[in-house]
Amino acid sequence: MSLPRHTRYDPVAITLHWLVAIVIVCNFALGVYMHELPLSPWKLKIYSWHKWAGVSAFLLVALRLAWRRFHTPPPMPESMPAWQRQLAQHGHHLLYLLMFAVPISGWLMSSALGVQTVYFGALPIPDLLDKDKELGEVLKQVHEALNLGMAAIVLGHAGAALKHHYLDRDDVLTRMLPWSKTPRNPQ
Amino acid sequence: MKRSLLACLLAVTLPAAAGEYSGFAADQSRVSFVSTQMNVPVEGRFQRFGGEIHFDPATPTTGSARLEVELQSIDTGLEEADEEVASAEWFDIAKHPKAVFESSAVEALGDQTYRIRGTLTIKGTTREIATEARFEPGAIGAFSGSFKLMRSDYAIGEGMWSDTSVVADDIEIRYRIAAPAQ
Ligand code: HEM
Repeated sequence: MSLPRHTRYDPVAITLHWLVAIVIVCNFALGVYMHELPLSPWKLKIYSWHKWAGVSAFLLVALRLAWRRFHTPPPMPESMPAWQRQLAQHGHHLLYLLMFAVPISGWLMSSALGVQTVYFGALPIPDLLDKDKELGEVLKQVHEALNLGMAAIVLGHAGAALKHHYLDRDDVLTRMLPWSKTPRNPQ
Repeated sequence: MKRSLLACLLAVTLPAAAGEYSGFAADQSRVSFVSTQMNVPVEGRFQRFGGEIHFDPATPTTGSARLEVELQSIDTGLEEADEEVASAEWFDIAKHPKAVFESSAVEALGDQTYRIRGTLTIKGTTREIATEARFEPGAIGAFSGSFKLMRSDYAIGEGMWSDTSVVADDIEIRYRIAAPAQ
């Protein structure tokens, strides 16, 4: 077989990974910050921004998955034990699932609480649910729980990336970085 | 007894011919509003209000209405907002517990539609308003309609809340005001 085995993520996949990572990490922080704020115009503004960012994250993740469909990620290094590969794969799949579930739960929660999501104040996103306060409170818990779950997995994910880089000294981190063109351990 | 029963039947079967309506049917009435926050319309309502209307479709211009809304009974849709709007910056409910509408003129526009003029008093400010309402006859008749008010006209939402780029200045009031046929 003389198919060139790519060892790096392609530039689009890299761009989308980091764009989504920035939006999600910032929006997570925004969500934690805003929900303790006393009611004020600032709070209403932040809530809107948080929703817009969430919709943006959702769209970027959709784009990312569509791209991935036709651009297979590079295989994991042979040096990795099988269980680690499986764990990484399951972790990535779970992250994709959560990257959809988190914004969707936020959108449903907003609808149930009676505050529609209007993307950038211009594009109304239809309410799938009618206003229902109790359901809204339940969805709030769901949104929080999904976020905490995602935060835990992201920490594990970033930790694993650092472990690969500094302990295993393989190219798992560098092949997702926009710079560093040459693989560390050309095989 | 028989006659009033007959009158009731007539009122139901021949609603357009019903005579005068007067009093107030709270359970058939509704006062809600739509505010706009960051370009998002949010509906709320008042749970307690009372009033008195007198209206005879045969002589609409003699009709009159008075309505009092208990501001404390507001349901903005957001719990923390319900507390916030009681404050001095919003309704100042401690000093001005009620919003009052009093009609001054009723004009028939045809097709069961009427233009009702009157004064609206909120937070110590009284202003003229006009609204078009459709009348629905029946054993209980009801006027339904809406109008817009500028919250700045009544100093609703002062201080930091006067920024109308977050909570828009115009508030749509929607109502259904019902009274039994006599
Ligand atoms: C903040 C620090 C982060 C670091 C250091 C990091 C690092 C990495 C690295 C090195 C890879 C490539 C793994 C490989 O070579 O196979 C990767 C892939 C991935 N990352 Fe991250 N990441 C971070 C944040 C995030 C966040 C916030 C998310 C989403 C919630 C995320 C979701 C993913 C997913 C789904 C993949 C799999 C890509 C694929 O194979 O399709 N990452 N990340």
